[in-house]
Amino acid sequence: MEFGLLQQQWNTQNVLRPADDNMGDVMVVGGGISGIQAALDLSAEGYKVYLVEKSPTVGGKMSQLDKTFPTNDCSMCIESPKFIETDRQPNIQLMTYTDVDSVEGEPGDFTVTLLKKPRYVIEDKCTGCTVCVEYCPVKIPDPFNQDLSLNKAVHIYFSQAVPLVTYIDESCLFLKDKTCSICQTVCENDAIDFGQKAEKVKIKVGAIILSPGYETFDPLPRNDYGYGQFANVVTSMDFERLLCSTGPHEGQILRPSDKKHPKKIAWIHCVGSRQVNPTGANSYCSAVCCSYTQKQVILAKDHLPDLHAKIFHNDIRSYGKDFERFYQRAQKLPDVHFIRSYVSVGSEDPVTGDVSIRYTTPDGVVEEFFELVVLSVGLAPPKDAQRFSKVFDIELNRHGFCKVDPFNPLQTSRPGIFTSGAFQGPMDIPEAVMGASGASALASNLLMSRRGQLNEERVYPEEKDVSEEEARVGVFVCRCGANIGRVVDVPGIAEYAKGLPNVVHVEESLFACATNTAKAISDTIRDKGLNRVVVAACTPRTHEPLFRDTLREAGVNQYFFDMANIREHCTWVHSKEQEAATEKAKDIVRMSVARAGKLEPLDEFSLPVDKTALVVGGGVAGMTSAHTLAEQGYETYLIEKASDLGGVANRMHYTLEGMDVQAFVKDLKKKVYRHPRIHAITDAAVVHVDGYVGNFSTTVKSKGRVRTIKHGAAIIATGAAEYKPTEYLYGENDKVMTLLEMEGKLAKQDEKLMAADSMVMIQCVGCRNEDRNYCARVCCSGAMKNALKMKALKPEVEIYVLFRDIRTYGFREDYYLEASHKDVKFIRYEPDDKPQLEARNEGGRSFIRVTAADPILGKKLELDVDAIILAAAVIPAPGANELARMFKVPLGPDGFFQEAHAKLRPVDFAAEGVFLCGTAQYPKHMSETITQAYGAAGRALTLLSRDTVVASGAVCSVKGMDCVSCGACISVCTYGAIEFMDTPRGKKAVVNPVLCKGDGLCVAKCPTAAISLSHYTDDEVFNQIDAALELV
Amino acid sequence: MAAPSEFKPIIVGFLCNWCCYGGADLCGVSRFQYPPYLRVIRLMCSGRVDLEFIFRAFAKKADGVFIGGCHLGDCHYNPEGNYDALGNSFVAKRILADIGVNPDRLRLEWVSAGEGIRFAEIMNEFGAKIKSLGPFGSSEGRDVADLQSGLEAATQLVPYYKLVERERFRVPKRTEDGYKEFFARADYDRLFKELVLDKLAMARIMGALRTGEASADGISRRLGLEPSRVAAHLELLSKQGIVRLDGNQAQIAVAA
Repeated sequence: MEFGLLQQQWNTQNVLRPADDNMGDVMVVGGGISGIQAALDLSAEGYKVYLVEKSPTVGGKMSQLDKTFPTNDCSMCIESPKFIETDRQPNIQLMTYTDVDSVEGEPGDFTVTLLKKPRYVIEDKCTGCTVCVEYCPVKIPDPFNQDLSLNKAVHIYFSQAVPLVTYIDESCLFLKDKTCSICQTVCENDAIDFGQKAEKVKIKVGAIILSPGYETFDPLPRNDYGYGQFANVVTSMDFERLLCSTGPHEGQILRPSDKKHPKKIAWIHCVGSRQVNPTGANSYCSAVCCSYTQKQVILAKDHLPDLHAKIFHNDIRSYGKDFERFYQRAQKLPDVHFIRSYVSVGSEDPVTGDVSIRYTTPDGVVEEFFELVVLSVGLAPPKDAQRFSKVFDIELNRHGFCKVDPFNPLQTSRPGIFTSGAFQGPMDIPEAVMGASGASALASNLLMSRRGQLNEERVYPEEKDVSEEEARVGVFVCRCGANIGRVVDVPGIAEYAKGLPNVVHVEESLFACATNTAKAISDTIRDKGLNRVVVAACTPRTHEPLFRDTLREAGVNQYFFDMANIREHCTWVHSKEQEAATEKAKDIVRMSVARAGKLEPLDEFSLPVDKTALVVGGGVAGMTSAHTLAEQGYETYLIEKASDLGGVANRMHYTLEGMDVQAFVKDLKKKVYRHPRIHAITDAAVVHVDGYVGNFSTTVKSKGRVRTIKHGAAIIATGAAEYKPTEYLYGENDKVMTLLEMEGKLAKQDEKLMAADSMVMIQCVGCRNEDRNYCARVCCSGAMKNALKMKALKPEVEIYVLFRDIRTYGFREDYYLEASHKDVKFIRYEPDDKPQLEARNEGGRSFIRVTAADPILGKKLELDVDAIILAAAVIPAPGANELARMFKVPLGPDGFFQEAHAKLRPVDFAAEGVFLCGTAQYPKHMSETITQAYGAAGRALTLLSRDTVVASGAVCSVKGMDCVSCGACISVCTYGAIEFMDTPRGKKAVVNPVLCKGDGLCVAKCPTAAISLSHYTDDEVFNQIDAALELV
Repeated sequence: MAAPSEFKPIIVGFLCNWCCYGGADLCGVSRFQYPPYLRVIRLMCSGRVDLEFIFRAFAKKADGVFIGGCHLGDCHYNPEGNYDALGNSFVAKRILADIGVNPDRLRLEWVSAGEGIRFAEIMNEFGAKIKSLGPFGSSEGRDVADLQSGLEAATQLVPYYKLVERERFRVPKRTEDGYKEFFARADYDRLFKELVLDKLAMARIMGALRTGEASADGISRRLGLEPSRVAAHLELLSKQGIVRLDGNQAQIAVAA
């Protein structure tokens, strides 16, 4: 229902719940991935959060995506565990199907009035059984599937929805003219309530985070490229649903007109974005479309191996981490052609429904028919942006997104209200996630005095003692939609599992991880008296925590659980050998059941958290993180290798937007140096790291002094370095300089630079090549920045930019446009035909002659210029290797630090307690660095704000009777977790479980099997080996 | 027996949770395809793979055993357990060869969590290799039961080996070259034969004699041991009074 109508309805009915009982700390508006992350971080820090979402479920746009680039992780699979976490977290109050009506008050004391739309379903009563959906006679286009398939007027938004309850659409016959109420009749739980009214709820919170996300650009009003006129022209979001196994055709790519597999698909880039005349569309770059298009091409090729694909593009903007390789992967596919050309759509063949596209080739304009055309549509501000601007009293920028300060991109124009995610502007998922953690840190800064006051802990039922019972194993086989179910015979596997020893219950499920299924599993465990559980589904690396929690809910020790990975290790990798895959899946289940029979209950234990932080690297990233932590009361050590803080920012003077970097850095340094809780150690190096999450002990050497710092969390913010070119006469001729060097000269209006009448800027120096197969992300914008500054100081100067692709993503595109309006000339070159430089001296003038191919004129160009500016790459900082080794964290293939997950854990490492921000992770702009630095601080706060962390129960122990005191275990354990202890029977090895990391090396060394690693015991492994080979 | 069907190997894989298991997951996520031979056992570290696990898998007629860990230097754990996996694989291969199991049936690889494609490549390659070797015992041209009793003897020897390893076979340098160098040294070779392989051979000879008296020749053929080695061991065993030699026939000395 439109917000206006809803308000009208409310005006006539007037249902209001006062704010007396509705106290929270923070309200997060928007339940997409960014809002979810902000809510999770804040609740983990001890704040009570209201998470408000206008649609019937959390999930946002990410839930509609099939996969995510550049890892092609299944989007729903990685996002849905977060839904469940949100649902189970007692400090998050979820308000779905709810709009924000008004906001009053000031930072620390806001009163927000929410308008809860009627679902006509009582959330607490609905079990999500979907019987009503079955009986409902009204079919409506399914919004989750982009209206490409039908759903019922009463339905659950999507199968992993949270809350997993139905809602009734306005097309319902009862709501229209009261002619049907069958749902009410069939609902056994009396959950349908047509009497529900729009309801206003007042809630008091201290801070607000706005994460309403974005809309995709709608090509319908303008019928861009025939969209809306020709059936076989779809948007990329439509295509996303077509690709998805939960989509309109269960993952079969069928085109709309005749439901046939298209053999020829065209993708058109920049639809609605980068428009020079943006009436009805947008001038900015949408930042994600190049990579998502490549993803769609790769996936489409996977679905349809004979597919011919043409991708019509402008610049390819593969500016993110691993994007360049992803682009290359798409490019190398057979029958896939990337064509740099503007296109127009011609006509639709009335018989076949094919659509023609006209594009330019070196031989002239060509018209070609395609069976399906996909429009790579851009990102637009959220629908509610204008209304939000009034309701929240915040400013929008000229593109209609939230206006933010480049030096604090998470702060809106109204104090106490922060923002994260694509409301700030087009961005990719990891940026939305790090922004969420950052916004949570800023909200926490404001509210730290009330942290924990509204906190509620989760309560689990008491654990049942099953030590005297026989093993009673329950096996749950997940179809994972079609991911597992379409490849292997799930009923056959379930039937097989019934015959395995100790198995007393077997069940199939569509999505074992869906909230209702997890709850049903928990009920089944209790009802059937199960004491061991096997879930045959996906990888334990992502889903084990969820199912362990399910066991705890049922009062069973969580270590009585095993996962049989029949998806990643079976159906996904043997998709074309269905029979063999089914046999293998049975083997995997048998192994898992055999293991389950031997599992033992284990206790987890709590470790204290040292509430001190250590930040390595004193640039903008490190200083921002350190200052955020110190402000919230945590002692913070800041380790900097140089003699002064500031890092690379010391050499920067202004941002693309024209902000004064030096003033900002000076102010930040002052705040850091003067902060009583920040201990900045300069001229310093980390020489040794010991310990583990919550209890690190790091040795730092500075000016001859060595000290050991105990800390609970660490942030790595060591930055990056500028590549020193060995090409283009750099270092040989003083007319040649890097972008950063030019910036210094511009700032002091260097005489020689100002005397230059002409200059050439060469992009991609030292990267996007064999040595460094990545894009340094910042140089295109850097070139715009310097070119515009130069033009401002000396309008008559001639500037040529020799580039490969201009990658001014997001709003940076405005400056590219401005530069070309100011007559900066852009000439593209190919990597195998690089510009040639020659220093010359003619008629008393010394200059550099640049020879380059002009792709438009098709001939060699000679430019005699006074200065050469090289866009030198951003490269990993020296010493990254040693630091990575000491902290036990990985580096990626390009030498930058590797985060735990490219999409959803962008500032975490897989090693707990260590976080990451700034250019140490990948080249980035200063505003992005600041966002990420707040994000890393936010993540560190979720750890530091706790008194204890829980350590795994899977640790080693020694059976003293069998120990022969050989010391083999002690010498292999460099954690120092094993010691000899005197006992009445002599010296025996003893494990300190707090120090044990559970690697089990000692077990493999012990000659008498006296030491064992719980959860990975010899017996458990033997059972697995034997079961694997039982049928051989 | 049903009609001979296509050989579908079973490879038991021990994958470390942090790298190789993640690589296998990513391989799935990326839909890279490989043959359905692998049966995965997830361990926290490749260094947890006990020699006994390897021998047990072969004794149960696994056609191949795969161990996947983090790249050297990237082990998730401070003690860098993948070096132990490396050392163990050298040792296991020598023992396997000695008892007549083709050591190519055991493979150790480093796969990071980001190398989905590499995991698929390795699985395709190793799968093809095992397929070409045929079922366990076939490329060896040996009786499976004999190989199994050899593996049984090797398993019995594991506790002893662990003690010897600690005393005599500690690799001084935790680098890849350090390991390669150590296991290629002539004095290591001599010592390993003396302390491990000879012990193993004697155990196997005793095992063979337990089924009845046999000629030195017969023993040598059955166990795939050189006649000279069998003769030398028999002589030693008879000197110790464990074996009675009667002409060309040997039999176990009856315990007093």
